[in-house]
Amino acid sequence: MSQLTRADRRSPGLAQLWWGSLPLRVLFTTVAASFLVLVLAGLLLMQQARSSIVETKKDASIIEATGIHNFMSRQLRLPESRSIAIYEQLNLLAEQAQEQAGQYKVVIDGPAGAILSGGITWESVPETLQMRVSGSDKMFVTPTEVIHADAVPNEPGWAVGTTLVDGAGERFPVYYIFPMTNEVATLKALQRAVIVTGLALLGALAAIAYLVTVQVVRPVRKASQTARRLASGNLEERMRVRGTDDIASLAVSLNDMAGDLAARIRELESLSLVQRRFVGDVSHELRTPMTTIRMAADVLYESRDDFEPQSRRTVELMSTQIDRFDSLLADLLEISRFDAGAAVLSLDEVDLALVVASEVDAQRAFAKQQGIELRLRVEARTTALMDSRRIRRILRNLLTNAIEHGEGRPIDITVGADAHAVAVAVRDRGVGFQASESGLVFERFWRADPSRNRVVGGTGLGLAIALEDARLHRGWLTAWGRPGRGAQFRLTLPRDPHHVLMGSPLPVIPTDIDARRRPT
Amino acid sequence: MTDTRSRTRILIVDDDPALSEMLQIVLRQEGFDTVHCGTGTAAVAAMRESRPDLVLLDLMLPGRDGVKVCRDMRTESVVPIVMLTAKSDTSDVVAGLEAGADDYVAKPFKPKELIARIRTRLRQMSADPGKDVLGIGDLIISVSAHTVKRGETALQLTPLEFDLLLALAKRPSHVFSREALLDEVWGYRNAADTRLVNVHVQRLRAKVEKDPEHPEIVVTVRGVGYRAGEPADES
Repeated sequence: MSQLTRADRRSPGLAQLWWGSLPLRVLFTTVAASFLVLVLAGLLLMQQARSSIVETKKDASIIEATGIHNFMSRQLRLPESRSIAIYEQLNLLAEQAQEQAGQYKVVIDGPAGAILSGGITWESVPETLQMRVSGSDKMFVTPTEVIHADAVPNEPGWAVGTTLVDGAGERFPVYYIFPMTNEVATLKALQRAVIVTGLALLGALAAIAYLVTVQVVRPVRKASQTARRLASGNLEERMRVRGTDDIASLAVSLNDMAGDLAARIRELESLSLVQRRFVGDVSHELRTPMTTIRMAADVLYESRDDFEPQSRRTVELMSTQIDRFDSLLADLLEISRFDAGAAVLSLDEVDLALVVASEVDAQRAFAKQQGIELRLRVEARTTALMDSRRIRRILRNLLTNAIEHGEGRPIDITVGADAHAVAVAVRDRGVGFQASESGLVFERFWRADPSRNRVVGGTGLGLAIALEDARLHRGWLTAWGRPGRGAQFRLTLPRDPHHVLMGSPLPVIPTDIDARRRPT
Repeated sequence: MTDTRSRTRILIVDDDPALSEMLQIVLRQEGFDTVHCGTGTAAVAAMRESRPDLVLLDLMLPGRDGVKVCRDMRTESVVPIVMLTAKSDTSDVVAGLEAGADDYVAKPFKPKELIARIRTRLRQMSADPGKDVLGIGDLIISVSAHTVKRGETALQLTPLEFDLLLALAKRPSHVFSREALLDEVWGYRNAADTRLVNVHVQRLRAKVEKDPEHPEIVVTVRGVGYRAGEPADES
């Protein structure tokens, strides 16, 4: 098992190395391909050289053999030779021939056994040649293996066979053996030269391939480096353009892209700055008169008992509508801040359970008024880095929302945690909503049932703001609902907003729904 | 110089005439004496002249940035400052708090909310029963004299900073959450902006700690809040 995993681990390492370096890939491919080509070329060269050398030797052997043969034939027919025994004569001839040049050996199939010169054996003469010579007076040539009587190693050679006829008309097969000692040495030297040249070429090609790759890869690397720097926000980064080749055009395109990008970002930045400033100005300009109006209304409202009934009702209406307008304005400004990207987190290490408990307590009076019981269940260790002002706002929204739609049935608030995240789920057993609407609930001014009256007169932006607040923490806000079975909103926050959330400690679907389904 | 006033005086620094007038109406109704200043440039002079018990300062002022005005006032006075702010965004509020404002009220606010904030800031914490002399770290707090001393040197604290230090010193072994301190010192029943605590703890530390990087008097308890440092010696 452990071996298997080790092997598994090793192969990705190799693959990683292979796909991790372009020069390595190019180098390897070049060396492999060059090696193949060089081996083929070497083989071809050697074959050509060998056959041409061997053919030349063959021709030379035939010419020389013919010359010697004529000489021997003449000698044998000389009148003075007739007195000598044929065996002696042949022996003499063989020696004479041998003396003429050391390049060949003579083998004569004499009447009293073979006459061999130059220390070679009878086996050096191929049987096929013997057969052919015995049947004809012509001259035959065939390749052979020259076998020496002493320790000298065998070598290839040519065997030329023909027939000597003496004065008496007797026939003696004679063979001239031409060993290719020099030729073999030449070929060996040639082979060495070919191998050495091949290896040198291979090395040179690898070096060239490496140089070329580096030449191509370096600008590409430079480009990718530049692109990375650009991506990391260093918009002034540019590539150096040299010449007019492909690399130069890559550099030009990259620089153009960087220029466009920088211009676009600057444009967006100034736009967002304008937007942000506008939001700030509107915020101030609207809020100041709003504050005055609200204070004036409050002063009137406090002394409403002094007014006539009609004026009194007017003051009451004005006061409640100013409240409504007030919260709507606040929510609108909050939303526009998110849209302008002007919302900033102010992070503290906070225990979510404490925050939830205090928000739940704050809502108890309102819940009681609606005849709803709030049930809080908390797990230990729920601290996380969060902007408690925003988290409280999310909780307030979820709680009032649950109470408003809770139909007087109990609401469960669960706080959970795991190693990387904390979560809170608010579960009501009220009207609920269609499964397909779980995304719509976060839409601005969306209403599950347009005919329903609002109990608390929420602005219709509460959940939209809650979602933005959750996103700002890089957390999740998810909704589950079924008509008539209630709804559950779950907020999940990473313990550290700089980390990406992978999962939630609490389920999306309420556990009581799961439990009810399982038995059926 | 010789005024023997019985009523609490509040300086309103705000450029909006309507809001200023409305504020004065509401505050007078509540029994406060009011002084108004319409520009940031004249604010510090107005403060010197009227010697208010509390300043209501609008952060967005023509002529001079409210944050700057706040800082200037702080350099010569420990008067409680409550900011009026249109934006509750981090940067603005934190800038104001760091400049020395004790609390803030975001527009639009309800008159009751504002009055509650003002009354909390004017409240004397020393009215609570308890020991008159308390030790925290190497500091000695005298509640009745409203002074904090390290050895013979008296430390200049604003009333809010004094309250904060006192709250911690009163229950030496207790760890206060930020919410608890907001309740105790700022009078927020439902926990509000914890940045108030963060900023003022920093300001307090800058004044009372020998080395604010390694606080020994206001000690951070990670994930919970703050507690008082051990008294140097029980005497």
